[in-house]
Formats: sequence, structure tokens, C-alpha cells
Amino acid sequence: MTEAWQQAFSRVPELLAAHVQLSFSALLLAMALCLPLAIWAARAPKVAAVILGFASLVQTIPALALLALFYPVLLGLSALLGGGISALGFLPALLALTLYALLPILRNAVTGLTGVSPAAKQAADGLGMTTVQKLRLVEAPLAAPTIMAGIRTAAVWTIGAATLSTTVGQASLGDLIFAGLQTQNWTLVLTGCLASAGLAIIVDLLLGVIERAIRERQKMMAWGAAVALGIGLVITVLPTLNRSDDVVVIGAKGFSEQFILARLIGSRLVEAGYEVRYQDGLGSAVVFQAVASDDIDIYVDYSGTIWTNQMKRTDTVSAEDMVQEIAKWSLSDHGVTMFGALGFENTYAFAVRPEDAESKRLRTLDDLARVSPEFTFGTDLEFLERPEWDMVQAAYPIRFKESRSFNPTFMYPALSSGDVDVISAFSSDGRIAANGFVVLEDGRGAVPSYEAMILVAPGRGGDDNFLNAIKPLVGAITVENMREANYKVDREAAKQSPRQAARWLDEQIRNRKINK
Amino acid sequence: MISTPSASGPAISLQNVRRTYGTVTAVDDISLEIVAGSFVALVGLSGSGKSTLLKMINRLIDPTMGEVLIADDNVKAIDPHILRRRIGYVFQNIGLFPHMTISRNIAIGLELAGEKEVQSERVAELLDLVELPQEMASRLPHQLSGGQQQRVGVARALATRPGLMLMDEPFGALDPVTRDSLAGQYKALHEKLGLTTIIVTHDMAEALYLADRILVMEAGQIKADATPAELLSGGVGAEAEALVAIPRAQAAHLIALGETDGVKKA
Repeated sequence: MTEAWQQAFSRVPELLAAHVQLSFSALLLAMALCLPLAIWAARAPKVAAVILGFASLVQTIPALALLALFYPVLLGLSALLGGGISALGFLPALLALTLYALLPILRNAVTGLTGVSPAAKQAADGLGMTTVQKLRLVEAPLAAPTIMAGIRTAAVWTIGAATLSTTVGQASLGDLIFAGLQTQNWTLVLTGCLASAGLAIIVDLLLGVIERAIRERQKMMAWGAAVALGIGLVITVLPTLNRSDDVVVIGAKGFSEQFILARLIGSRLVEAGYEVRYQDGLGSAVVFQAVASDDIDIYVDYSGTIWTNQMKRTDTVSAEDMVQEIAKWSLSDHGVTMFGALGFENTYAFAVRPEDAESKRLRTLDDLARVSPEFTFGTDLEFLERPEWDMVQAAYPIRFKESRSFNPTFMYPALSSGDVDVISAFSSDGRIAANGFVVLEDGRGAVPSYEAMILVAPGRGGDDNFLNAIKPLVGAITVENMREANYKVDREAAKQSPRQAARWLDEQIRNRKINK
Repeated sequence: MISTPSASGPAISLQNVRRTYGTVTAVDDISLEIVAGSFVALVGLSGSGKSTLLKMINRLIDPTMGEVLIADDNVKAIDPHILRRRIGYVFQNIGLFPHMTISRNIAIGLELAGEKEVQSERVAELLDLVELPQEMASRLPHQLSGGQQQRVGVARALATRPGLMLMDEPFGALDPVTRDSLAGQYKALHEKLGLTTIIVTHDMAEALYLADRILVMEAGQIKADATPAELLSGGVGAEAEALVAIPRAQAAHLIALGETDGVKKA
């Protein structure tokens, strides 16, 4: 237990630094935008209505969706400006969080400025203050406590919402939460929650002291809290400052196998003298763009995913041809090197409970089509939107009674408990065998092949030392080994971390080499 | 000049001044000469245009038509901020800055004018002038009574040694005792400093007591222009009569009460 906590906490300083850097950049940007807007809005009620209306509208968009929306927007913008804008990582997270922080700051600043007593404003005019003097000497100081309260609210929201930036590839304390949720590692989830909640509470307290000090006109107290806050920020951000530039960023999508393979690649690169960092939880749609634009250096993808999502192909070819065509396409169109297949496949597999397979005589997808009107379908969060589902539906007359989406972690328990009757499982997932689930055969070959393969960013494609370090992994992982490694992380009891599972997998690879 | 250190207040001249808001005429073509050093009261009911007239002198409101001259300077030619810094302005809601000490409130005009060195001396002098104890200097406005706050308001208006004081219902929100004593003290200051003062009030008794010239306004026009003595002796128009009738009737009632009481005692 203590080892798990130690392992979780060892990641906190670096993630905390990224978290603080991101949320405070967003907060400062929001303040820089809001304060002039609020001054304008306080003088023109119509402007106030429009600006506050916009800010309220933004607030109604879920933070996660707002983050996701910036990805296509930035991609489009980048294309328009001839590239150079990164649609992943810091920028989209910064923009989404900034928009999110607008409302509380704007609303409080407008309330504060319009709430300044008319008598004080009349006196300011009568004394001959210019507009700027009136703002500086009268309106701003009188509105300051209210404005500060808005900044405080925005700070707490931003720190909380920043945990979601993991999904667009920006490191944050959310990395711990998402990875922990994925592998059912509650130590990791709790560590992420505690760290981000702790950060929010401390920042809220300090800003609260500043707010009170302004309200009670205690300059020393205000400065004291501001200095404490400043020092705190500098200390938390320090780990990013002395980070060396040549760090290899290894990308991973949001499930255990990806975490394990990323650690496996990472350990090989560390042996070769590289410093590595992990970018976990990237969505299927964004991860290829990330490697193409050098945001990440290397990751593992699956041939069918590239084939359908990136190349927009709907025809089915043999597994080897597919890998070859992908290699050609990715290099010529995106400069991405397909370095080699790992040796196992992780395809979509329709799995049912063994008792159903027996009693309903389910063996193939044709059998499933027959019973589908009585069946509830459980899938991961993206399957229903993927072309593979269209392909399956085109090939088999499947019409389910109902569909439900789950985080993959909860999909398997949902099948066991009878909440759903069939799931779109992954063929390399250890939980299929462990639960005795029956995988139905795709007799018509509707689902393309999903060979796991290593993709390397353009910036690393010519780095021989780098490529040599990962070369031993090509063709070295059997599906049995992968399943077992996955199960070590996914199982309920005696759970291992992705790093431990990767170490075990590495041993299997080395043993195999020796035995050969 | 509008303000002079030895302070003899300026003369004011209004020429065909008009101010309209859409179809409503607040001030209707008023021409008026105010002699330097006089104490003029603008009296009238709410909405008669007296406040609007006052605010056109320090350009808090600009006239739709007509000219306002202070000591032969047309106010249009002066930047409004500069103009207002040379004119004392006191109004009913006082408007002390709640986040500044009394001392800084009083000295704010000097601060705007860039006079930093003599501030504390001047504040002490002004506190004496409006008969407030020196220890008030470090307090905040909310720690003072209404009467004390308006004394600070007067001190703040006088800080830059203006020759002209514009007062918009300055004592309207105070209790009668405070109001009476403050009005009396201000009248003494007006004479001592040789100011030109224009005060807006709806209280004819206050106007009769303070001013040496009373202008009665109704519907944006001046309906009567007389000294207190002339007003009391009558024959200056129905509007003025109606306003004078109130304090007169009150006074008569008080006298009558006193007499009845005297009879009973006897």
C-alpha cells in the first residue's frame, strides 16, 4: 500500500507544476481580458448585457466539451495560417480554461463597478477628477473587494477544471485521476483529487485573505498574502524550470494496455540514456495529430484505427498489406515513421456471458444478429461513433434493444452483472479470459485488423540511437503476454501498476529472446 | 480669475441659458447676473430646474443653448475638469470617499492639483475652519455623524481655495439642530472668505436666513428675484408668496401657541 502511495506521490510535483502553470496562466489571461471589458460594460448597460450573456453561455458548456471543441477550432486555425499552431496540449487547455474563468470575474467586476455609490461618483465629478482619476481613485478601490471575490471563484473553478485538460494532452493533476480511473487504481485517483483539492483550498484561502484585507483596508495583510501566494506559485512551478529540453514524450490513449506499452517503451529509452515523460489519456482522434506535429515523440496505435479514422478507408485488406500501406501513407503524408508491429492484435471483439452463449447458441456475429433485438449493448465511450460499428452493421443485421456507453473499466463488470448482454471488448484484454466471456467470431471479416504498431514522430525519425533502443520490441509481444500484462493492471485483487506490468512484460520479451 | 488666494468670489453671468431633455425643458431661457461676493439662494419645488441651473455653472451639465460666464471667462472654453477644480461643490448626499481617511478626503482636491507638500497643514487649517477636532483627520467617513460628514464635505470643497461655492441642498439630509448650526457657520465662512455662493434649497426659511438674494424658480423659469426683506413684504408674485407663506404660517402658529400658553399660565 505504502509503495502505491509513494509511487503516486512521486508524480505529484511535476504534475502540480504543470497544473499551477496552466490554471494561473488561464486566470491571468482571463483577468487581463475581463477588467477592461468590465470597465466598458459598467458604463454601457447594452455592452454589459452582450458580454455577460456570452460569458454565461460559455459557462453552460460542460468544461470537458469546451476543451474538446478547441481541438478542431485550433486545427482549422492552424491550417488557415499554414500550420505552426499546436492544437493539443497547453494552448487548447489555456483557451478553454480562460473562457471558463471569464464569467465570475466579469460578473463581479461589473457588479462591483456599477455598485459604486452614485454620491461618490458625483463627488468625484464635482471635484474635477478625469475619467481615469475617477477609476483609479474611486471606482477601482471601491469595487476591489467584489472583483477580488470574483477572481477567487474563478481561481477555484479553474484549478478544478484544469484536471480535465489531460484529455487534450496537457499534463495536469488530472493525469493521476484519469489513469487511476482507467486502471481502477484508487490510490492514484485519490492522490490526484487530494492534490488538486488541496491546491484549490490553499489558493482560495490566500485569495480570501487578500479579499478581506482589501475590504478592511489592511494593506500589510493584503501584501503579506499576495507575497505568500507568489512564493508558493514560484516554488510549485520550479520543477518545470529545471526540466531539460530534450525530454522524450511518450503518448498513450486512455486504457491500461496503452499505459503499459508506454512504460515499456519508456524503460527502453531510459536505458538508452533518454529522459522520458508520459502523456496519458489522449483520445484516439487527437493522438495521431499529436505525433504528426511532434507534440509527442512516440506512441502505439492499431492498424485498423489508422486505416478507418485517419485514412478514411472502408475496404478490408490483409493485415500485412494494411500495415505496409499505413507505413507508406503516414510517412509521405505526415512524416510519421511506422517503426514496426509489436506482434499482437487488439481488435474489437464482441463478447457475451458463457451461459448466454450456451443457452442461445451464440458462436458468431450472425448468431448475435439473430438475438440482438432482445440484447442490450455495452460499449466504450467511442465505439458507437466509430466507422467499425458502421462496418459491422453493414455486414450483419444487428439491431440492439438498447446501447449503453461505459468507461472501459466498467464495461466488463457491466457484462458480468447482467446490466448489458454483449460488449465491444478488446481482444487483448485479460478480463475476457478471466471472466470466461465468449468472443463471437466475425465470420464475414467486417472488422479490420488491429495490429499494434509503433509510430514515431517526424522529429525522431532520424534518431538512430532512439530507434535502436526500441527495435527489440518489434514483433516481440505475444497476445498471451499482452493479455496477462493487461490483467495484472485491470484485475481487482493484487493489482499492479502499469510500470510493474511493463517490467514483467519486458522480462518475458528478454526471456523469449534468450530461449530462441 | 475664478479663484484668488485672498478670495473675493467672482461674478457670474448667465445669458439665455436653456437646457432640454428630449421634449422636457428643465431650464427655459434664463439670463442672470450675479454680483461678486453675493450669497444667492435658488428656491423652488422639486423639478423646477434649480439643480440643473446650478450644475450648468460647473459643467456637470452643459446647456443646450446659451452662455455661462464666470468672471468674464466663458466656461465652455475651459476644460471641465480644470473648471471644477476651481469651484467648490457641496451636495446633499455629501459623497465622501468611504475608503479614504477624512484627511485624504479633504486634501483630494490638492492631490488632483498636484500640491502634495502643504497638504497636512492645509487639512489642519480646514478642520479648524469647519470646527471639527483635529483627531478626526485619521478617521474614516463611516465613523462620523451626518453633520460631521457634511462639515468634511464643506472643508473638502474649500481645500483648493475656490472663490465660488455651489451648494445643492447641502443641509437637506441633516437634523434641524445640526442643520441650523452648520448653516449659520457656513454663512460666517462665506463672509469671512469673501466667497460667491449659490445655494439650491427647497426650504424658504433656510433661504431667507442665509441669502442676500433669493431667486424663486418654477418650470425652468425665474418667477421672482428679490432680497429676503422684499420677499417678506410681498408683492413679488404668486409663486414666491406661496413659498413664503409656509414659514410665515409656521411662525404665526408658534407665536400663537406661545401666547395661549402664556394666558393659561397667567
